[in-house]
Amino acid sequence: GPLGERPLLEVRLGELHTWISTCSCSPQGLLGAAHRAWSSYCAKYIHVKQGGTAGISMLLAGYCLLSYGWNYQHFKRHRWRKYH
Amino acid sequence: MLSRLVLRAAPAALRALPPPVAVGVLHTTRPLHTTQQSLAPVPPLPEKGGEVRHGLIPEEFFQFMYPKTGVTGPYMLGTGLLLYILSKEIYVINHETAAAACILTVIIYGIKKFGANVAAFADKLNEEKVATALAMKNEAMQALQTAIEEEKKEQWRVEGRSYLFDAKRNNIAMLLEANYRERLMMVYSEVKKRLDYQVAMQNLKRQKEQDYMIQWVEKNVVQSITPQQQKESIAKCIMDLKALSKSAHAAV
Repeated sequence: GPLGERPLLEVRLGELHTWISTCSCSPQGLLGAAHRAWSSYCAKYIHVKQGGTAGISMLLAGYCLLSYGWNYQHFKRHRWRKYH
Repeated sequence: MLSRLVLRAAPAALRALPPPVAVGVLHTTRPLHTTQQSLAPVPPLPEKGGEVRHGLIPEEFFQFMYPKTGVTGPYMLGTGLLLYILSKEIYVINHETAAAACILTVIIYGIKKFGANVAAFADKLNEEKVATALAMKNEAMQALQTAIEEEKKEQWRVEGRSYLFDAKRNNIAMLLEANYRERLMMVYSEVKKRLDYQVAMQNLKRQKEQDYMIQWVEKNVVQSITPQQQKESIAKCIMDLKALSKSAHAAV
């Protein structure tokens, strides 16, 4: 289909730039995109008859990474080596 | 039917919250009827979730890298990334690293040991829910079926109303007839009583007249017998008797 309406997973790497330029950057557009991403994640990993640990463990891992990134300035002070 | 109503009430309240956390989670917060075709029957949930390797990385990533780097590609990528961030101290090893390692060990041990049991338990709960809902639905259908049959029977019964009314009509006709005959009988007996009375009156009158006349005649006759006639009749009787006795003597 046309580039603008394809979901992210079907976009090739070379077309990623054009794909990002076609998506709407208004608040409604972003909110809609976030909502769609969240509901597709839920539909795939959580709202199933026999979900496993993968559903929440991925969320927790993402949370861990995010919080490490937010606190990076604090961790930077506890480095072992001075020069990298 | 009713369980679907309950399921409708729950997601409206829980839509704002993140999905519940559990192993083998129950699908109580799935937002129902979000599209225009909300009247269609709700499609069943998929059996299994998306494939995930090592509990963290979706299978699609491995498939994505397979054509270019083969099977070991993502693992090499992971190892390289890990060494890079450790050596450049983008990830700093601190006390939390030890804590995280211990926690992860315990969690993974727990999941490996008790995962299957918990999943089976949750599946059983789900089964029971579905079974009760199905039982309710079957019961409702059964009740409706019996209602249909009852209705058909009632409709059949209605056809027999004509017989009922005929019988009732016959009953009433018989009552009327009996009443009429009763009254006829009464009229007849009354009239007969009146006529009998008249007849009795006439008989009585005639009898009285007869008696009176006889009495009167007797009285007059007795009155008319003067003493002279009496003596004469007595003398005549004595003479007759004598004559008779004489004839009787002679016969002897």
